[in-house]
Amino acid sequence: MGLLHYLVLSMLLFIVGAVGFIIKKNVISVFLCLELMLNAVNLSFVAFSKHLNQVHGQIFVFLVMVVAAAEAAVGLAITIVLFRNRNTLNVDDADTMKW
Amino acid sequence: METVFFYLFGGIALLAAINVVVQQKVFYSAISLIICLCAVAALYLALESYFIAAVQVIVYAGAIMVLFLFVIMLLDPFSAAILRDKKKYLGYLAGLLGVMALALLIPLLKSYNLAQAPRNPEFIGAGPGSIEHLGQVLFSEYLVPFEVTSILILVAIIGVVVLAKRQS
Repeated sequence: MGLLHYLVLSMLLFIVGAVGFIIKKNVISVFLCLELMLNAVNLSFVAFSKHLNQVHGQIFVFLVMVVAAAEAAVGLAITIVLFRNRNTLNVDDADTMKW
Repeated sequence: METVFFYLFGGIALLAAINVVVQQKVFYSAISLIICLCAVAALYLALESYFIAAVQVIVYAGAIMVLFLFVIMLLDPFSAAILRDKKKYLGYLAGLLGVMALALLIPLLKSYNLAQAPRNPEFIGAGPGSIEHLGQVLFSEYLVPFEVTSILILVAIIGVVVLAKRQS
């Protein structure tokens, strides 16, 4: 399988994640779609790592995973605080900073 | 063989990803995302990135998604309800799966002999995708980013504790 196949799959996963990120109303669903997009980018990094026969892409994936872990932890803490204060998980209800 | 592998796991990943978006209950979305992450880990194996595949399953599908499921259980009243309703049936299913895993693992571990284990030089040795090479590059060329991420994680831990603490 060539590089192109993996890049197309990565693109499709990213598009699905991006569409979900825009249309989902639940905060946690939005987070899950964010993880999906990060995962799609990781796949293209690893595909390039194999294609170019270099290890640097895998190190990028490793760092992306660390950042994703930190982001998930902080984001979920914010979600818990949001639920405690507003008693809702709908993103449309938390629009104080929108305008 | 590799073509079949790619289309099988790529298809599973794509269908699971679509299911994440289509699913209305956030609990089922999270379970779908775990399936998607595991399928992508299988694709990493096909790309000869063994370390990244292992980290994907252990850290991503393991740690991060368990954190997500904890929060979903905590906040979403529906998720607690499914576990209560199907508790009996799910318990039997989990027990059956555990017994099956034991039955598979015990003969495997008994027959495992470290001295006779096959040493694939591509996997351990000096190949460009090997774990040894990855570690060497990570701790020499990328030492500073590596240390910065450890500070990032420390900041995240402290931030989460401060955020989630109940202000009295």
